[in-house]
Amino acid sequence: MSNHLKDIILKIWRQNGPKDSGHFETYKVDEISDEASFLEMLDYLNEQLITDGKEAIVFDHDCREGICGTCSLMINGQAHGPERSTATCQLHMRKFSSGAEIVIEPWRAAAFPIIKDLMVDRSAFDRIIESGGFITSVTGGAPDANLIPIPKPVADSAMDSAACIGCGACVAACPNGAANLFTSAKIAHLNLLPQGQAERYKRAESMIEKMDEYFGSCTNHGECEAACPKEISIDVIALANADYRKAKLKNRKFISRI
Amino acid sequence: MSTQLNSKIPAGPLGDKWSSYKEDVKLVNPNNKRKFKVIVVGTGLAGASAAATLAELGYQVDAFTFHDSPRRAHSIAAQGGINAAKNYQGDGDSVHRLFYDTIKGGDFRSREANVHRLAEVSVNIIDQMVAQGVPFAREYGGLLDNRSFGGAQVSRTFYARGQTGQQLLLGAYQQLARQIGLGGVRLFNRTELVDVVTVEGRAAGIVVRDLMTGEVTSHAAHAVVMATGGYGNAFFLSTNAMSCNVTAAWRAHRKGAYFANPCYTQIHPTCIPQSDEFQSKLTLMSESLRNDGRVWVPKSPDESRRVADIPEEDRDYYLERLYPSFGNLAPRDISSRAAKRLVDKGQGVGPLKNGVYLDFADAIARLGKDVVQERYGNLFEMYERIAGENPYDMPMRIYPASHYTMGGLWVDYELMTSIPGLYAAGEANFSDHGANRLGASALMQGLSDGYFVLPYTIGNYLAPMLNKAIPSVDHPEFKAAELAARERFNGYLNIGGTRSPDWFHREVGKIIWDYCGMERTEQGLEKALSELPALYDEFKKDLRVTGSGESLNQTLEKAGRVDDFFQLGMLMCRDALERQESCGGHFRSEYQTEEGEALRDDDKFCHVAAWEWSGDPMTAKRNVEELEFENVHLATRSYK
Repeated sequence: MSNHLKDIILKIWRQNGPKDSGHFETYKVDEISDEASFLEMLDYLNEQLITDGKEAIVFDHDCREGICGTCSLMINGQAHGPERSTATCQLHMRKFSSGAEIVIEPWRAAAFPIIKDLMVDRSAFDRIIESGGFITSVTGGAPDANLIPIPKPVADSAMDSAACIGCGACVAACPNGAANLFTSAKIAHLNLLPQGQAERYKRAESMIEKMDEYFGSCTNHGECEAACPKEISIDVIALANADYRKAKLKNRKFISRI
Repeated sequence: MSTQLNSKIPAGPLGDKWSSYKEDVKLVNPNNKRKFKVIVVGTGLAGASAAATLAELGYQVDAFTFHDSPRRAHSIAAQGGINAAKNYQGDGDSVHRLFYDTIKGGDFRSREANVHRLAEVSVNIIDQMVAQGVPFAREYGGLLDNRSFGGAQVSRTFYARGQTGQQLLLGAYQQLARQIGLGGVRLFNRTELVDVVTVEGRAAGIVVRDLMTGEVTSHAAHAVVMATGGYGNAFFLSTNAMSCNVTAAWRAHRKGAYFANPCYTQIHPTCIPQSDEFQSKLTLMSESLRNDGRVWVPKSPDESRRVADIPEEDRDYYLERLYPSFGNLAPRDISSRAAKRLVDKGQGVGPLKNGVYLDFADAIARLGKDVVQERYGNLFEMYERIAGENPYDMPMRIYPASHYTMGGLWVDYELMTSIPGLYAAGEANFSDHGANRLGASALMQGLSDGYFVLPYTIGNYLAPMLNKAIPSVDHPEFKAAELAARERFNGYLNIGGTRSPDWFHREVGKIIWDYCGMERTEQGLEKALSELPALYDEFKKDLRVTGSGESLNQTLEKAGRVDDFFQLGMLMCRDALERQESCGGHFRSEYQTEEGEALRDDDKFCHVAAWEWSGDPMTAKRNVEELEFENVHLATRSYK
């Protein structure tokens, strides 16, 4: 049976729009079931706030199954909270105890401006994908799917990288606000596959350069891997860096032929 | 008199209809395509694939999503897989078999021609998605792997671990992103549709609300595509994402688009049971788990032993007992009702006795833990995070929950709604699944509509409109719709009542679930139809929305969505009441066989009910499209 936690103290970042300076406010949740998810606890708090005639706390969330990547939240200084390989929406109150004091902040990164309260704008990620995170393949012209056999380990590795949910925890956890894990996961997914070879070097080059327009630089802290709810390995960054280096050389070669 | 609905099904033999349609379709010259603007609302599988393909062809496309990014759409949460009649396993699959399984799975309440087209293009979808880099599961030889799914006796389901929806959506999103980068698509994110505008009977555009600023604006186009998903959240507790809603489809309905078969809702048999009163949503465990898991309950309602101590003879593997040839892979509606009956009889398991077991002990003994982990590892982890129990040691507890809606905007063969120029694709339309959808068919339908159907059919509508002016956003119809939308949202803010939108959503959802959920009765539906309007009146008087309309306000967004769920809920109950038969997901207790299976009435109800807005859902008019079966024999569905 479920147990109930009592007297949870929440210190939550409130910021009324992008231009507001923002501040912490303290709230108390008197009692909550340990079966409740962390976001259900916030729903419950919001219901209380509305009952009191106050404005509800804004936070991003959607599928609540850990796959859409919409939820965020720095919980006690950790992206997605204390449970490893778990997005905020799948964190449950059984991981906390009565009387706990929990500090809740939005992702903090220059490339993710705050929209309101705990919600940030992550559209810089979309700009990176738009710059090259795809395989050009016109609808209707594809050959039979079994025409290109792909060794299982290759397909599996591509899948490991493709599991990224684009939540931005890697950026939030990084002291430099770098997006190398996100960007490299997509580069690795597509560059490992035979279908991705035609655009391999162009992809690495344009995605990394687009990333550099928005985000800080990677200095191998490894915080991103620890924060990633999908446990994407930092090895993908090495692969992307190697491809970027080759891209620079190869492109020079092509140019010299013209 | 009911209005005649023209489904525009091409003449000719079933297998030739789609190819002859494509041969006869009107074309738009490549240089002229850029003169046409198409609006796509929603960026899930259907919306993203349609927007990307239309832009690739050369049309100007404006895509709208209320999410921060197209990649968040709820297609992403589909776990199990996607069907295609590739017959890569050589186990006797064919286009005809996929067609027949889908028609039969839908309990003979879908259109033959649409379903056959779906089965035909299923093979192209897999080719397309592989070319885009979707990392489907593979055999050691490097070829694609398949598994089987409920309602089928062949292995035709392609999958990417337990994240097939995610990988397919990312594939479609990447194609869309490419077009955004190239300038073919303009993306409006965090922007919600609040009305559809028609001028002289044709779709002229949409009115949207910028969720960040509250600003209401209009967008005009030659054609509008609604790819806005299903309405399962009408039940409040469902496996849908929190923001899934019916608003876009409902606003189109209010402007004249018929809403078809709203009572066809699918209850998925394998979700994690509710654990407490705070619960905001239910989590689905992929149906693929039923490939290796065995479903059972204790034979005695008073069973108190630990699971491991309950001997085989005291367990009831009820799906294997009742449906020996399909066993644990019986279709969703049938499995769901079987679970409900046992839980209602008190044989449920878990602390609230509100679930049944899905047991992997035999699979682990047969295949080894490693194989089971490879197949279902991420699902097992997800279960453990949510339920706090380890499914390698303890059987999972599952129970049915609202999951998918087969009903939706009525569309013809071209996916056009009853409003010329307004299209509906994916879960938002009603077209392909009849009264029950088979597993791994939703992804197939979304991508079929977006990649392979709309790009042809929209051209057929646009070609004659070349060089003809369309109404601009200054047209009085746009201005009137903008004004109505502003007044609606200000209205919610000004009620100043005592209850939040979530409170009302929970209450309305409970009524719909209790009386229009897994099992329906005439008496129950009439009760719902008396309770819903009363609660709706209370909503209009006692709603409380805090904050303002000029900055991001999730409470206000929710108020608009709950308003539309109320109206839809009434229509769902009316549709369920009028359909005096049981079929697929629509089960009326009065109409069942002696064995408790759905009893159809093909003489009276072999038709689509397409509801026409009349100003009030309680008085909506029921139009009928007769379903004609020329190629399959109407049989009683049997999975024994």
